[in-house]
Amino acid sequence: MTRLDTRLTPYVFVSPFFLLFLLVGMFPLGYTAWVSVHQWGLLSGQGDYAGLDNYRRVLEDRYFWNALRNTFSIFLLSSIPQVLVALGLAGLLDTQLRGRTLWRMSVLLPFVVAPAAVALIFGNVFGDRYGLANEVVQAVGLDPIRWHVDTLASHVAIASMVNWRWTGYNALIFLAAMQAVPRELYESAALDGAGRVRQFLSVTVPMIRPTLVFVVITSTIGGLQIFAEPRLFDTQGLGGSDRQYQTLTMYLWELGWRVRDLGMASAVAWLLFLIIVVFAVLNLAISRRAGSLRGAR
Amino acid sequence: MQTSGQTSGRPSRPRRVRLATSALLALTLATTAAACGGGGDEGTTADGKIKLTVATFNEFGYEELIDEYNAMQDDVVVEQKKAGTANEHQDNLYTKLAAGSGLSDIEAIEVDWWSALMEQSDAFADLSDPEVEGRWLDWKAEAATTPDGKLIGYGTDIGPEGMCYRSDLFKKAGLPTDREEVAALFADWDSYFETGRQFVKKVPGTAWYDSSGGTAQAMINQVEYSFEDEDNTVIAADNPEVKAVFDAVTQNAADGLSTGLTQWSEDWTASFQDDGFATMACPGWMLGVIEGNADGVEGWDIANVFPGGGGNWGGSYLTVPAQGDHIEEAKALAAWLTAPEQQIKAFEAKGTFPSQVDALDDPTLTGATNAFFNDAPTGEILAERAEAVPFIAHKGPKFADINTAFQQAIQRVDEGKESPDEAWDSFLADVERLG
Repeated sequence: MTRLDTRLTPYVFVSPFFLLFLLVGMFPLGYTAWVSVHQWGLLSGQGDYAGLDNYRRVLEDRYFWNALRNTFSIFLLSSIPQVLVALGLAGLLDTQLRGRTLWRMSVLLPFVVAPAAVALIFGNVFGDRYGLANEVVQAVGLDPIRWHVDTLASHVAIASMVNWRWTGYNALIFLAAMQAVPRELYESAALDGAGRVRQFLSVTVPMIRPTLVFVVITSTIGGLQIFAEPRLFDTQGLGGSDRQYQTLTMYLWELGWRVRDLGMASAVAWLLFLIIVVFAVLNLAISRRAGSLRGAR
Repeated sequence: MQTSGQTSGRPSRPRRVRLATSALLALTLATTAAACGGGGDEGTTADGKIKLTVATFNEFGYEELIDEYNAMQDDVVVEQKKAGTANEHQDNLYTKLAAGSGLSDIEAIEVDWWSALMEQSDAFADLSDPEVEGRWLDWKAEAATTPDGKLIGYGTDIGPEGMCYRSDLFKKAGLPTDREEVAALFADWDSYFETGRQFVKKVPGTAWYDSSGGTAQAMINQVEYSFEDEDNTVIAADNPEVKAVFDAVTQNAADGLSTGLTQWSEDWTASFQDDGFATMACPGWMLGVIEGNADGVEGWDIANVFPGGGGNWGGSYLTVPAQGDHIEEAKALAAWLTAPEQQIKAFEAKGTFPSQVDALDDPTLTGATNAFFNDAPTGEILAERAEAVPFIAHKGPKFADINTAFQQAIQRVDEGKESPDEAWDSFLADVERLG
């Protein structure tokens, strides 16, 4: 009995997660696949089996490719600066600052604010005509920027909302990893004549590489699923008059709840899932390679 | 880093059994926990009364009415569920309608949703009843009647449109400021736009109306068959009336009549404070919006006119989903809530303009004035505006989607992203895409 107990108990303890995962993770995934190969109206429910027709219709729709482009653009504009700034911020917080806890807490503050509230505030900041950002731009003597109209400007505005929310969060994760770097390494680097910047680049960054990979993967997954910020950037929710900032998740929402075609919406969901898998695998491959390089050194 | 490859291979038999047992055990735990969460019979209270829920959005003005109803009834307890926005309510309604369960006993719906919901008319109880016949304005009841004659919604409020204008800016432009004289200028769209062209020459920096989209919407609502014909065949691309609306508003935008802003955007809200524009189409419920956005601005007034006759913008219904447990009781409650006497009380509470014929000449309504709009007799004006609405435009299942594309095309011209011709072509492509 005790033998059985010791063998069995760990599985029982971990099983709630996996059962819940089956229920709220795997089941919806499978069900979405099932929906995506049928004609399926939001109100009318399941229709005929449609094979890959929904996928074909999605891939033939120019707004899908438009949304894909926007998603990547906003993702790159948000994730890259976000990770770099978070890294620098963590480096600064990892020093002997006065009132360290206060600084560390305050970088997390934007993360606590609900995305809808952030979108509301930034919506005002990035008003095309009466916004704070344009007041500043005009004060410097430049022409006002049409944040909701021009494609790149709207992407920058949305990316800045995303960055505002996630930079501090990522900085804290980096900071936690940096705290675990043995201090002797810095001492010997200092003895070798390395300055602070050199120490940061040659000691800190390589030592926290696993965390770096983790943050890059999570921000990739998050970045490809950006929804709330662009959705709330205007009142229509379609990403501007020319869909210049409609992301894939917004496109999915439009198909499902505006056009009321759950079949096509599910096809988009699966395509997005596949894109994210490709990125995750790519990330993993790169980090493995980076890991083996370090091992060889 | 550890990879997951190590534990591959089929587990031996005893191990499989143990895995299965532990999974089973945990599943039992999980399901018992879930079962404990449920509890209680939906639809009845602990002391055996029937519980009815009424789901609404924004402000229907029902809080006090529901208290009154609860005090009158011995065996029914009514509870209101309010959603913050119409969109939120709509998402919930559609999702639970599709699921076949979970809806409230009474669900409020917005007039524009009928197009989608008519296809699912079986999901709603037939509310036809000799007692409520003739209670509403004809077009209000017609919109809620299925092709085979079932009435599936009781009208609550409507949005008859008048024209709101800034008399101070009119004065600056040398235009008449008196309500009657202004009404004469706005008899049809051409004269309204023509007055606008004079206005923008005199008062540079201020547009004539608040948005191209809102104006186009008002014009489309006056076309009986705009994007779809009687059989719901899509005619948007070839309908000269649609093209005429598009040409008119895009030409106006080129002449500086429009602010170029989208309704409800931050910039649009801010433009109320900045002499951004001089006129806007205003249904009854818009008066409160203007008063809020233009807080501190003096000079707003409302003319008893709407270009091209009458127009209606918005308004709601109460429906009784067929999936409910207490359809008869819900129907009785919906009939009571939408009776003229009750709707007058809702009007007093939140300004929702009644759709009931008898409510329109109620002294409480006709006597209502609005201090912000230069003490205009808003009750009387809107009642007359309601009677001027000849019909409600036909809106088939594709209306909302095509209308969105139409609005976006106009917006692209406003923003200078496309020329009118390019925008019209891309609108046609969008219509094609929507099938």
